[in-house]
Amino acid sequence: MKFSLGAPQFFWRKENVEQFYQQAKESSADIIYVGETVCSKRREYREKDWLVLAQELATTGKQVVISTMTLLESPAELQVLKRLCNNGELLVEANDLSAVQVMNELNMPFVVGAAINCYNLATLKVLLKQGMTRWVMPVELSGDWLKQLLVEAEEEGVRSQFEAEVFSWGYIPLAYSARCFTARSENKPKDDCQYCCINYPHGRRMNSREGQRVFVLNGIQTMSGYQYNLINEVNDMQAIGVDIVRISPDSEEAFEKLNAFRTQLTDPKKYPLDGQNECNGYWHKIAGMSVQ
Amino acid sequence: MELLCPAGNYPALKTAIDNGADAVYIGMKNDTNARHFAGLNFTEGKLLKAADYVHKHGKKLHVAINTFAHPGAQHRWQQAVDDAVAIGCDALIIADIGVLDYAANKYPEIERHVSVQASTTNLAAIEFYHQNFSVSRVVLPRVLSIQQVRQLAKNSPVALEVFAFGSLCIMSEGRCYLSSYMTGESPNTVGACSPAKYVRWQETEQGLESRLNNVLIDRYKDGENAGYPTLCKGRFEVDNNVYHALEEPTSLNTLELIPELYKMGIASVKIEGRQRSPAYVEQVAHTWRAALDRYQQNPGQYQVENKWMATLANLSEGTQTTLGAYHRKWQ
Repeated sequence: MKFSLGAPQFFWRKENVEQFYQQAKESSADIIYVGETVCSKRREYREKDWLVLAQELATTGKQVVISTMTLLESPAELQVLKRLCNNGELLVEANDLSAVQVMNELNMPFVVGAAINCYNLATLKVLLKQGMTRWVMPVELSGDWLKQLLVEAEEEGVRSQFEAEVFSWGYIPLAYSARCFTARSENKPKDDCQYCCINYPHGRRMNSREGQRVFVLNGIQTMSGYQYNLINEVNDMQAIGVDIVRISPDSEEAFEKLNAFRTQLTDPKKYPLDGQNECNGYWHKIAGMSVQ
Repeated sequence: MELLCPAGNYPALKTAIDNGADAVYIGMKNDTNARHFAGLNFTEGKLLKAADYVHKHGKKLHVAINTFAHPGAQHRWQQAVDDAVAIGCDALIIADIGVLDYAANKYPEIERHVSVQASTTNLAAIEFYHQNFSVSRVVLPRVLSIQQVRQLAKNSPVALEVFAFGSLCIMSEGRCYLSSYMTGESPNTVGACSPAKYVRWQETEQGLESRLNNVLIDRYKDGENAGYPTLCKGRFEVDNNVYHALEEPTSLNTLELIPELYKMGIASVKIEGRQRSPAYVEQVAHTWRAALDRYQQNPGQYQVENKWMATLANLSEGTQTTLGAYHRKWQ
């Protein structure tokens, strides 16, 4: 089983991104995803910078994957996407069907990210034909759903054609909108957002009026209020054939988590989850925000 | 430009046709469509009756099969396609790539429309559906500005349909898991957002409270208009500031965009609301028919009438309407 670090979802200052990837380089992660997936206006790192960074990381022997935007609306965004896809050497994570289309035209393999709606075998088979080599399960699906789907893939003789990856720790990306909720929270129009989300390196908490953490606002993205934590499910994941466990780097804590997750394979331990800050409901087919 | 109206039952379908719809879209009485609510939708017998009525009047019937097939149960979605074709539907509205693949292979002659739940927001994604499944139409999510819609209309290899009126979904449809995060059930998996069975109303000392699976969505003072607790339209707190952090209760209304939508060659304007009453369908269809006819009679003189706006506002969430993402300021 391998462990990956997802692309950071928040907007971080350049020096923080550099610092993060320096740590990532030295971490135990097998796979590192690199790139901006949420908002095309975030330009502390431009596409060239991401590619330079990715190439440098790749020299360490880790697998580096270029992760791409999720909600693409303009021709300019498609142009950037095409250039990232056509980088010539590095694997690409498609987070929208536009990237699937571009990678297929380039005749290059790709990862299907969690934001692409692949819920069943028939869809998996279409995506395999397009060139998919790795599939990240949509975040709202359960362990049972995954298990059944992987069994079906085995029966159809296609299981060996792709790796299965599961988003396992961090704030869950739940929705994407045309509206920027961070700009709205500061009474700024999106067209004049002044890149204010850079001031919230962990997003903005959106609580109920009873103080319950409901969501985290991250620009046009809405995330779970609690951090997803499948640390107690690592061995179950391995048993059903999950190939890669993804840690989403929300904070410095991610590296600690990465090690703790990996240790579960050799020295399993039951971690109590804090129901006010953590959740694992999706995996257990109950409300995502719940703990089982 | 086609006026496409919703129908959650047979009376609503008749009403839509009688009030000027060019086409009606419906779903089956199961979880294969994104309005899977109790007491709504069409059984096999009713499907046939619906098709008869629509076709007798020379109009079209679209069938929405727009949730995502579950492993081990893909036959249910395939059956829905088979049943829709058997009653003579004119178009299938599909979200799931696997279901689209099935329909394209088995019934190449039946029109396939990419559902809004497939979240197709750019040219390359449209090309994906066009090349792989020869779709004849794509329904655009409510996340694009009018300029972005125009760009797409200019370059798209397939016809485009846009949302014209109704409850405003503010997220890129089909990619919003807020509902399953809070309740375990989402439009993608069970065909419902913020399902009614998780809703609870409670009078408290602080006011009337609405909850979804026990999470406080909103709290109303005396005299405040209380709406259905769709989770993205409640009041929440961000750094001690309580407001509609995502969106207010409001509906989309694009009557004023009719001239632009015509000019850019949009194939169809869609009215949301299969869950609404025949009375809603009657008023919305009637108003939109009048507006579209007025434009066609004299495009240069087209103006939105106040009484149309008032009628539609009355049928809207929070009795207010917006241009939503079409208008950049909303974003």
